[in-house]
Amino acid sequence: MPKLSLRGVVKRFGDNTVCDGINLDVNAGEMVCLIGASGAGKSTLLRCINLLEPVEDGEIFLDGADISIPGLDPEPVRRRIGMVFQSYNLFPHMTAVENVLLAPRRNHKKSRAELMPEVTALFARFGLAEHMGKYPDQLSGGQQQRVAIVRALAMRPEVMLFDEITSALDPQLVGDVLDALRALKADGMTMILATHEMGFAREAADKVCFLKDGRVLEEGKPEEIFERAQNEDTQQFLARTLK
Amino acid sequence: MSTKETGGKTRRQIYEDRLRRRSLRIAALSTALVVGAIVVLVPMAPGWEKVQKSFFNKDVFLKTFPKLLDAFLLDVAIFAWCAPLIALLGLAVALMRDVRSPALFPLRIFGALYTDIFRGVPVVLTVYLIGFGIPGLGLPRPWNSPYIWGSLALILTYSAYVAEIFRSGITSVHQSQRAAAQSLGLAERDVMQFVVLPQAIRRVVPAQMNILIALQKDVALLSFIGPVEIFRQAGVFKSLLANFTPYVGAAVIFLCVTIPATRYADYLMNKQNRERS
Ligand SMILES: Nc1ncnc2c1ncn2[C@@H]1O[C@H](COP(=O)(O)OP(=O)(O)OP(=O)(O)O)[C@@H](O)[C@H]1O
Ligand SMILES: [Mg+2]
Repeated sequence: MPKLSLRGVVKRFGDNTVCDGINLDVNAGEMVCLIGASGAGKSTLLRCINLLEPVEDGEIFLDGADISIPGLDPEPVRRRIGMVFQSYNLFPHMTAVENVLLAPRRNHKKSRAELMPEVTALFARFGLAEHMGKYPDQLSGGQQQRVAIVRALAMRPEVMLFDEITSALDPQLVGDVLDALRALKADGMTMILATHEMGFAREAADKVCFLKDGRVLEEGKPEEIFERAQNEDTQQFLARTLK
Repeated sequence: MSTKETGGKTRRQIYEDRLRRRSLRIAALSTALVVGAIVVLVPMAPGWEKVQKSFFNKDVFLKTFPKLLDAFLLDVAIFAWCAPLIALLGLAVALMRDVRSPALFPLRIFGALYTDIFRGVPVVLTVYLIGFGIPGLGLPRPWNSPYIWGSLALILTYSAYVAEIFRSGITSVHQSQRAAAQSLGLAERDVMQFVVLPQAIRRVVPAQMNILIALQKDVALLSFIGPVEIFRQAGVFKSLLANFTPYVGAAVIFLCVTIPATRYADYLMNKQNRERS
């Protein structure tokens, strides 16, 4: 059974159908990359999976259980699915470590002392040991984005969603964040990435999905997509972006 | 070439220094001219002697000023117990207007009506209606006090403004902050309490400072329903001494408080604008 499974997911904003019947299976420990032009619906799909947007139609299964039932309490589901955003979205009035502690403290009613060993280890692991007490505006973009990853991981999610998390970064900072993703993959984390980093998708993804106008036009192993794309739109998109 | 230095300063710095000294000289000169004109011309007005005697009488001023200061303590006390209650009620009304649960819909309506009504009526009218109206019900001893009902009038009116400012602060916190908090599985209440409100409150501090300054002045309105605070005390002296100088004294006392407070609020506002740009 796939860890996460989407069946005919439809999302509309008014008359604009942004996800138009999306099917997608993600197995445990897999990294799936969503690629496609701006406006294809990648971000919206990730937001739907995290229940930040209600879907109009279709089902989303997590471990075989439907999490898209209308009226379902979203909070327990979101605690199992972490999300990292393009613009980091750290809480500016809290230090890095407070950002990370907030959710486990409130959601699991654990004390700071109980959580600190694990959290300290997470900071150290992502090269942030000396930045725990700093506020977001004292950190570089790459550091902020890694804090955001640590913040999501502190809830011990089973699935992680990443929405173009390197797009706002200076090129020389991208590497550190991609290394963090490689480390997570090595841990066996189940991940979905919306990304424009084609090199990374090709190297690290287990599966690549090409989205256009809210549909998955083609999916397959990275080498199948990047070297032998069948679909004309995929070929055009790749020709444009890899140029 | 442009980095060539003369006496440790670049050409640009020398030029800017000269410019700054020049504008300082011009500003000083023009200020001196205007002040000089006022000092010379105003006393030449035909009624100046009379005005000076009835508004700027030194003896009356020195005699009444200490008593006015005493009376001002009552203003400060009223302000001191109203301000925290206003902050709490204002925040409660602001939050009321965002509740989603249908069972609490009446609360939402109440929040909207509340801010509309109390912002729509002049403060002095609210003070009259509540300050005279409620004690008119013939309540027993402590409950007929104009202090209670006058304060209530101020609290109700000012909470309405404060609530609107809190709301503007809440809506100014970017949607992505809420999304990030929600994605962590935080409950709606925690999102508000730990993520949105702390940022919102910080942003509206300067605006709320301005409201507090207005409140400090409007405390004087309670004099209409009884309490002998500074404005009322000045009125008593005016009748007693047939002289308006006590009002000038009262104005001076208010300014001593409000000018530093206003300056501070402006400073906070500017600082915040700088930080955000
Ligand atoms: N909250 C919203 N309200 C209305 N329309 C929206 C909303 N969010 C997204 N859309 C629309 O949905 C479409 C898909 O947007 P989405 O952000 O999912 O694309 P994307 O593939 O992530 O693009 P990008 O690569 O630029 O991030 C766009 O046409 C966008 O205008
Ligand atoms: Mg996007």
